[in-house]
Amino acid sequence: MTRYVLVRVVNGVFVLWAALTVSFLVLHLVPGDPVSVMLRGAGGEGSAVDRAAADELRAELGLDQPVYRQYLEFVANAARLEFGTSFRSGDEVTAVLGRALPATLELAAAALLLTLVIGVAAAVAGSLLPTAPLRSAVLSATVLGNALPSFWTGILLLQVFSFGLGWFPAFGAGTIDQLVLPAVALALPGIGLLAQVLGRSLRTALAEPYVRTARAKGASRLRAVTAHALRNAAIPAMTLFGLMIGGIVAGAVVTETVFAREGIGRLTALSIGAHDFPVIRALVFLAGALYVVVNLAVDLIYPKVDPRIVLRAA
Amino acid sequence: MADPSHTALDTAPTILDKPPPPAGPAATPAPPDRPAGVPRRLLRRPLLLAAVLYLLLVAGWALFPSLFTGRDPLLTDAARGLAEPGAEHWFGTDNLGRDLYARVVHGTRISLVAGLLAVALSLTVGALLGLLAGYLGGWLDQLLMRLVEVLVVIPGLLLSLAVVSILGFGTTNVAIAVGVAGIPGFARVVRAEVLRIRTSTYVRAAVTSGQRTPAILLRHVLPNAAPPVLVLAALDIGGAVLSVAALSFLGFGAAPPAPELGALVAQGRDYVSTAWWLTTFPGLVIALIVLATSRVARALERSGVPT
Repeated sequence: MTRYVLVRVVNGVFVLWAALTVSFLVLHLVPGDPVSVMLRGAGGEGSAVDRAAADELRAELGLDQPVYRQYLEFVANAARLEFGTSFRSGDEVTAVLGRALPATLELAAAALLLTLVIGVAAAVAGSLLPTAPLRSAVLSATVLGNALPSFWTGILLLQVFSFGLGWFPAFGAGTIDQLVLPAVALALPGIGLLAQVLGRSLRTALAEPYVRTARAKGASRLRAVTAHALRNAAIPAMTLFGLMIGGIVAGAVVTETVFAREGIGRLTALSIGAHDFPVIRALVFLAGALYVVVNLAVDLIYPKVDPRIVLRAA
Repeated sequence: MADPSHTALDTAPTILDKPPPPAGPAATPAPPDRPAGVPRRLLRRPLLLAAVLYLLLVAGWALFPSLFTGRDPLLTDAARGLAEPGAEHWFGTDNLGRDLYARVVHGTRISLVAGLLAVALSLTVGALLGLLAGYLGGWLDQLLMRLVEVLVVIPGLLLSLAVVSILGFGTTNVAIAVGVAGIPGFARVVRAEVLRIRTSTYVRAAVTSGQRTPAILLRHVLPNAAPPVLVLAALDIGGAVLSVAALSFLGFGAAPPAPELGALVAQGRDYVSTAWWLTTFPGLVIALIVLATSRVARALERSGVPT
C-alpha cells in the first residue's frame, strides 16, 4: 500500500513535470515575439514597438537568457510554486491565482455537490421508477443535460429565473442566492454523464443473483438498490467523477464568463485573450496537479468501496 | 425552416405502404448495401428519424445557405432593430436589424465546418499515432503514450484555450485547437484496436508472406480497426461543434460581424432581458445538432457500422 502510493506520487510528479515542459514550450512556440505581443497588447501603436522598451522588458522577464537556462529556472521556480509576474496586471502570478481561487472553489464545490446528489438520484430513479416510459423519460433528460451547451443553459437560466421570475440575482458572487444559477449551469453536463454511467452499471448490478437473493429475503426494491446494487455499481461512476472534477474547473471558464464571476475560469479567459503566458502556464500546472491528486485519491478509495480491489505497485 | 421537411413528410406514407424507393431523403444516409431495411427501421424510431431529418436540414444550411435564405446575414437595417420573430423575420432581428434566421443559417455553415475540421484533425493525427504506437510498439509506443497521457491530464477546453493562445484567434485556429484536444482519445482507441488486431492470424499470415509493414498497416490493420474509430468520430462531432461554439462564445473564434453560432449567443447576451430570441434560436440550433448527432452515432454503434 505505502509502496503503491509512493510509486503513484513519483509517477504524478513525472506527469506534472511533463505538463510543465509542454506549457514551457507553449511560450516558445508562439509565432513572433511574446514581448512585442505584450507591448502591443499594452496599448502600443500597431507593430511599431519601441526597441529599447522591448529589450528592457525582455531582460526583466529573463527572455534574453539561453532557452535551456530559462527552462531550468522555470522548472526550479515552478517546484517552489513561483510562476513569475502576470503580463497583464504586473502582480505575482501566485497572488493573482490566490485572489481568484475562493470564488471558483465555492462554485466548483456547489456544482460537484449538485452533480453527485442529482446524478445519483437520477440514476436510481432511472432504474427504480415503476413504468418503462417514466424510466426512459429520466434517461432522455440525462442525455439532454449532457448535450446542451453550458453557455446557453446559463443564459436560459438567467432569462427565466433572474429576469423572468426574479428569484435569483443575475450577477455577482458571495451569497448563496448568487451561487445557485451558476452552480446549476456548471453541474448540468456532469449530472447527465454521471447519471448515464451510473444508471448503466446499476442496471447490470440489478440483474445479479445477489440482488435476487436480497429481494427473495424480503428487501424492498429501493433497499435492493441502495443497500446492495449501488455500492457494486459505484466503481465506474467514481472513475468518471474523478475525471469530471477537471472538467468542472474547465467549464468554469464559460460559466464564470456568463455570470460575471471573478474566479479562475474568468481569469483563464482574460489571460488567453491577453496572451498572459505566465498565468496560462500556472493554470495548466494547477489543472495538472488537480488531475494527479484527484485520480490518486479516487484510486485509494476504490478498495474501501470494493474490498476485492487490491492496490499493487506496477 | 418548414420548407425542406415538407418533401420528407410527404414521402413518408408511401415508404410505409410499399418497399421504399432508395431516393427518399430518409434513405440518403443509408449504406448502399441495404437500401430497404434502414428506412423502415428509421420509421419505427421517430426520434432517430427526426434526428436524421434535422441533420439533413442543417447540412443543407451549411452547403447551400442561399437556398434557405435570400437575406444577407451582414445587412443592417436600423429601422428594423430588435424586431420580434414573425412572418417577416422568422427568428427576429438583432440590435442592428440583421435578420437572425439568415445569420443562423450562415452561422451553421461556419460552426459545422469548424466542427468537422476539428474531428478530421483528431481522427487523422490520433489514428496515425495510435497505429504506429500499437503496431510498432517498443520505445515509440512508450514515448507516444506518455505524450498522450500528459495531454489527458489537462482538461480539453483548457488545452484548446492554450492552443488558441499560441495560434491566435479565428475560426480555423479554434477548429485546430478543438481538434488537438481530441487527439488523445482517438490515439488510445486506435492503439487498443491495433493491439487486438496485431496478434490475429491474418496479420501474422501477411507478415510471414513477406508483405511490407506499410502495406500491412494500410490493407489489413487499418480497415479492421476502422469501425469503432468511426463510431467514436461520429460521436465526437457533436462535442466538437459544442467546443467550437464555446470558444467562439468566449470571443476567440470568428471576428465580430461573422455569424458563428456561439458568437451569436454571445452577441445576444447583452439583450438577454429584452430580446429573448437572440440567444434562444442560435443556442437551440447548437443543442439540437449535438443531440441529433449523438442519437445517430449511437444508432450506428448499436447496429454495427458496415465495413
